Amino acid sequence: MRRKQTKRSASGRPAIPPVTTTVVMRLYIANNAPNSVRAVANLAAICKEHLQDKFKLEVIDVLENPLRALAEGILVTPSLAKLSPSPAAKIIGNLSDKSSVLHALGIT
Amino acid sequence: MRTAAPQPLPKIATGIPGFDELSHGGLPRNRTSLLRGGPGSGKTVFALQSLVNAVRRRQEPGIFVAFEESARQIMANAASFDWGLPALTKNKLFFMDAKLSPEVVQSGEFDLSGMLAMLKAKKEEIGAKWIVFDGIDVLLTLLQNPIAEMREIYRIRDWLAKNDVNAAIITAKIDGGTSEVVNYGFLQFMVDCVVKFERRLEHGVALHRLQITKYRGSDFVAGEYPVSFGPAGMEVGAPEPAEIKQVASGERVSAGFERLDTMLGGGLFRGSSTLITGVPGTSKTTLAGKFVEAACRRGERTLFVSFDEGADRIARNLTSVGIQLKTHVKSGLLRMYSGRTESIAAEDHLVKLKALIREHRPRCMVIDPLSAIAKAGGIAAARAVANRFIYLAKDQKITVLVTAINEGDEPETEATDLQISTIADTWIHLSYLIRSGERNRALTIIKSRGTWHSNQVRELVLSDAGPMLADVYTAGGEVLMGTLRWEKEGEERAKTTQRRAEFDHKRHELQAAEADTRARIKALQQDLERQRLELAMYSSDNEARIVSSSDREQELRRIRSADPAGRAATGIVSSLAKRRASGRSGNSGRKNKGDAHDAP
Repeated sequence: MRRKQTKRSASGRPAIPPVTTTVVMRLYIANNAPNSVRAVANLAAICKEHLQDKFKLEVIDVLENPLRALAEGILVTPSLAKLSPSPAAKIIGNLSDKSSVLHALGIT
Repeated sequence: MRTAAPQPLPKIATGIPGFDELSHGGLPRNRTSLLRGGPGSGKTVFALQSLVNAVRRRQEPGIFVAFEESARQIMANAASFDWGLPALTKNKLFFMDAKLSPEVVQSGEFDLSGMLAMLKAKKEEIGAKWIVFDGIDVLLTLLQNPIAEMREIYRIRDWLAKNDVNAAIITAKIDGGTSEVVNYGFLQFMVDCVVKFERRLEHGVALHRLQITKYRGSDFVAGEYPVSFGPAGMEVGAPEPAEIKQVASGERVSAGFERLDTMLGGGLFRGSSTLITGVPGTSKTTLAGKFVEAACRRGERTLFVSFDEGADRIARNLTSVGIQLKTHVKSGLLRMYSGRTESIAAEDHLVKLKALIREHRPRCMVIDPLSAIAKAGGIAAARAVANRFIYLAKDQKITVLVTAINEGDEPETEATDLQISTIADTWIHLSYLIRSGERNRALTIIKSRGTWHSNQVRELVLSDAGPMLADVYTAGGEVLMGTLRWEKEGEERAKTTQRRAEFDHKRHELQAAEADTRARIKALQQDLERQRLELAMYSSDNEARIVSSSDREQELRRIRSADPAGRAATGIVSSLAKRRASGRSGNSGRKNKGDAHDAP
C-alpha cells in the first residue's frame, strides 16, 4: 500500500524533487551490533544518493549514552530520527527497505 | 541449559495473596518467570502488583517495561487499586514506555541491544531489583522472523543472567494455541517458572483462573485456581490447608431469641457457622436480623452483608418486626453492606467480603443470602467461594449466619445449590406448611453439631415484638399451626372453661346436699331431744299414775279387807305387770301422735 502511494505521488510530481532544506537526523546504534553496522551503511548510501550534502547526521551509540537515548524516547536499535524539516519521523530497523526510509524522510 | 537444582530453589514472595501459598514461597529468586495468557487475563496486574509489593514491603525498586500499553494507560488502569502507584513512580518504580507509536516506520531488522543497555543504566541509577517485561510478544512480533525472535529472547536471557535481579517477570500473550506468533516453546524453556492465566466467560461473567504450569526445581500446587480482583489488587483462591486447625469454642451465643436458643440446646457455639435455608418469604432475613441485633446488644462488632437489597431497606423492614438495627449502625458497632450480584463473579464477592472483614473486624457476621453469589457465573465457582468463606470465618473465629434460598420446599434440595449445608455447623430450615387453606412458617433444626437440639417442627410467628416460636400443639403426630393452632388453643380454652363450670356446678350441688343433710341432722337431733324429754315426762307421769292406782287398789282392798297382806302383794305385782303392758301400748299410741305432730 505504501509502495502504491509512493508511485502515485511520484507520478503526480516532478520526477525527482530537489532537496532544498537540510535534513537533520540522529541515528541511534548499539555499537557494532550487526543491525547497527548495517544501518549505518544503508543510511550512508541513501544520503549519498538522495541528499548529497544537504543533511546533518548525528550517530549516537546507545551503549555509551543509554540515559540520553532513553530520554529521547528510543526503544530499539538501530533507530533513525528525523528532526527537521517537520514533520518529525522515526524509523526503526537496519534501514534495508530503502523506499520506506525515503518515504519516511519525505524524500520521494 | 539449566538442570534442576538439587536443593529447593530460593524464592521471593510476590505478596499476592494466595499465589505465594500455591507456589510455596513465590517466584524463583534471581530467575525469570513467564506469565502467559490471553488479553485481559490478569498478567499485567500480577506483574505490577508484585513490583509494588517489592517496593512497599522490601524497599526493592523495580522497572516496568511496557510493550503493549503506554505507561500512562497502565497507571490509569492501576488507579482502581489502592497501591498509591503515582507516589512510587518518583524514584522507586520506573516505567519505560516501550510501546512503539504507530507512526514509527519499520525498515528492516532491529534488535534489543540498545534497549537492554538503557535498562541497565536505569537499573543502576535507581538500584532496581525487579524487572518486568510486559507484553514482550508485541515487540517480538515486529521482527517477523522466528529466528530473530529467538535471538532476542536469548539476548534478554543473557542480560538477565548478567544483571543481577531478585526476580524478572516476562509476560506474553500466549493462549496456548498452535498459531503462536512468538516462539513460545523457547520462551518457556528459557524461564524457570511459568504461570498460565486464563479468562473465560461463564454465564456472562468473566472468570479468571491461574495455574502454575512449570516450576523448575520446586514443587508447587498444581491445578487451576480462581483469581479475583479487589481494591487491594489480585488475589488467588489458593486451596485451604489440608489440615483444619480451628479451635472449637464451648461458648454459646444467642441465635437471636430465647426460644430458638432453647431449641438449639442453649444457643450457637461461638465461631460456628449457621445456615438458614428456606424459600422466599419464610423470614430468613428476620432471623438473621434478630441474630445481628442480639450480637449488637452484647456489644459485639457485627457485619451484615446483604445482596440485591439495600441496607437501609432491610433495616426499615426489620423495624416492622421489632428489630432495631439503625442505632447500632450509628454507634459503629454494626456495619451494613449491600452488594449487587449482577455480573459479578463469586470470587470478587469473596474479595469484597475479606476486605469488609479486615475493615470492620466483626465477631458476628451475616450474609443474606449467600446463595446470591451464585447468581452470576458458574455454580462451581460459587460453591468454592461459599466454602472458602465459611472456612475463612472459622479461622477468624467469627460466628457466622448465612441464609440460602432453596427453590423447593424440601430441605434436601439445598444440596443442589451451594452445598454449604455439609460444612455449616447448624442448619435451620424454614418452610411453609400449607394445611387447611393457609400457609404457616415452620422452623426445623435439621442439624446442630456438637449439641443437643430439638427435633420438633415449630411454628415461627412474626409480630411487631419480633419473631417467636409458638407453643406446640400436636395432633395426630403433627404440629398444629396458624388457624389450626388457634382453633386448638380456643378448643383447649373452651374445654377448660367447661370443665371448670362443671366442677363448680358439682361443687355447688354437693354443698347444697351437705347443707341439706346438716339441716336434716339438726332437725332429727331436735326431734330426738324432744322425744327424750317427752319420754322422760311420760315415764315419770305414768309411774306416778301407776303408783297412785296401786295405792288406790291397796286402799280399796284394805277397805274391803278381802285379801291378806301377803296375797295382796302378789296381786299388786300381777296387776302391775298387766298395767305395764297396757301402758306400753298406750305409749306407742302417743308416739304415733307425736309423729303426726312432727310431720308438718
